[in-house]
Amino acid sequence: MSHLSVNHLLGIKDLSKADIELILNTASNFKEVINRPIKKVPSLRDITVANLFFENSTRTRLSFELAQKRLSADIINFSASNSSVKKGETLVDTVNNILAMKVDMIVMRHSSPGAAIFLSKKINAKIVNAGDGAHEHPTQALLDAFSMQEKLGDLKGKKIVIVGDILHSRVALSNIFCLQKLGAKVKVCGPQTLIPKYITSLGVEVESDLKKALEWCDVANMLRIQLERQDIKYFPSLREYTMMYGLNKEILDKLSKKIIVMHPGPINRGVEITSDVADSKQSIILEQVENGVAVRMAVMYLLAGRQAD
Amino acid sequence: MKPRILLQDKQFEITILRLCHQLIEVHGDFNDSVIIGLQPRGVLLAKRIQQVLQKILKNKKVHCGELDITFFRDDFRKRELIPNSTNIDFIIEDKNVVLVDDVLFSGRTIRAGLDAMLAFGRPSDVELLVLVDRRFQRHVPIQAKYAGITIDSIEQQNVKVDWKEIDGKDKVTLIDK
Repeated sequence: MSHLSVNHLLGIKDLSKADIELILNTASNFKEVINRPIKKVPSLRDITVANLFFENSTRTRLSFELAQKRLSADIINFSASNSSVKKGETLVDTVNNILAMKVDMIVMRHSSPGAAIFLSKKINAKIVNAGDGAHEHPTQALLDAFSMQEKLGDLKGKKIVIVGDILHSRVALSNIFCLQKLGAKVKVCGPQTLIPKYITSLGVEVESDLKKALEWCDVANMLRIQLERQDIKYFPSLREYTMMYGLNKEILDKLSKKIIVMHPGPINRGVEITSDVADSKQSIILEQVENGVAVRMAVMYLLAGRQAD
Repeated sequence: MKPRILLQDKQFEITILRLCHQLIEVHGDFNDSVIIGLQPRGVLLAKRIQQVLQKILKNKKVHCGELDITFFRDDFRKRELIPNSTNIDFIIEDKNVVLVDDVLFSGRTIRAGLDAMLAFGRPSDVELLVLVDRRFQRHVPIQAKYAGITIDSIEQQNVKVDWKEIDGKDKVTLIDK
């Protein structure tokens, strides 16, 4: 297959296994490109991309911006905090005004689940979802899968546990879809209050004991507690959470095999993961960030290439 | 029209050998020269040339790289998007580079190849070697310095180069589209 089956990247749920493999294979070519002395290719020189960040972001925004620059696209940036959104403009109006300036692709992060899907029905531009509320964060899942593949090869039959605040995490949902499509087995682990009630209907097992989950897995993806999304208290205290679900060196060393530790960032050191684990040889957190640029280049390159249809 | 075989077996071998000797005339023992094959099919020719050169030069190492030009094409959105690997594990700064491709037609692939190559340094000199030169078909002012065979063909025809390594037989065929 040489083309994606979708016009937009709204979520992993819409992608086929072949789509995911196409993106990951293309990303490995881009990874080679970004390790050259001259890291830029002219593929998207005729494309203008608008980065619309209605919600805060460091890594994702910089990563997308760098990916666009490496592809020679023209870019405009927008963040909600200093825009007319504050004056009461609707999402569709804001985006249509930006599109009137002849923009071909929109990369959007929004706090409302489904914002990207909504937009894709209203406007005529390629849309890349850079995170919509607690729904999906497709490029994060793709870069996680890419990083795992680099370490483990084919993910079929591999065991991955996602630990932490599953309820508020878009990374968890996208990761579950992506890993399952690639044939991996996924478990989630965390306090019962932070595990969505119907998660097992996705074919995911739930484990409440961190040590058992780690003993089972090949890869542990540690998630941040998203205090900004928690309207009520889901556990007694952060200290208690750390005692039950925090990953430290002692636990890691006691395991019967060397597992890979991942984290989508930002890390709360000493909460879900201690510094010595985050900086250990088993952690591939910074590789994830590097791979993020390559994966995002692949996504935008393949979406832009679909204009021929 | 029936497909016409332009080169095969012994003729094919002799053509490659001649190209190698022409290269040695200019580049001597390849101390300051490297070969870069264009993905996907130019790489096969480049590797074959590397083997023959190393044999003639009594096992002296001749550097041979693989260059993918997909991201540098000027017909993005009109063609296949799938890239191949790029593998150049040597420095081309101030080297004499021999770009290698199987068929020279419009010249657009070579133009993109020149762009793509610049990411790896500034070579002192670049030459082009092709197995088949389809003359009078150029869209850009690019010519090969070394050509295995030169043929007259029309746009409605295709030149197919088969390689022992992947197709089972060395052969160049002219086919109607």
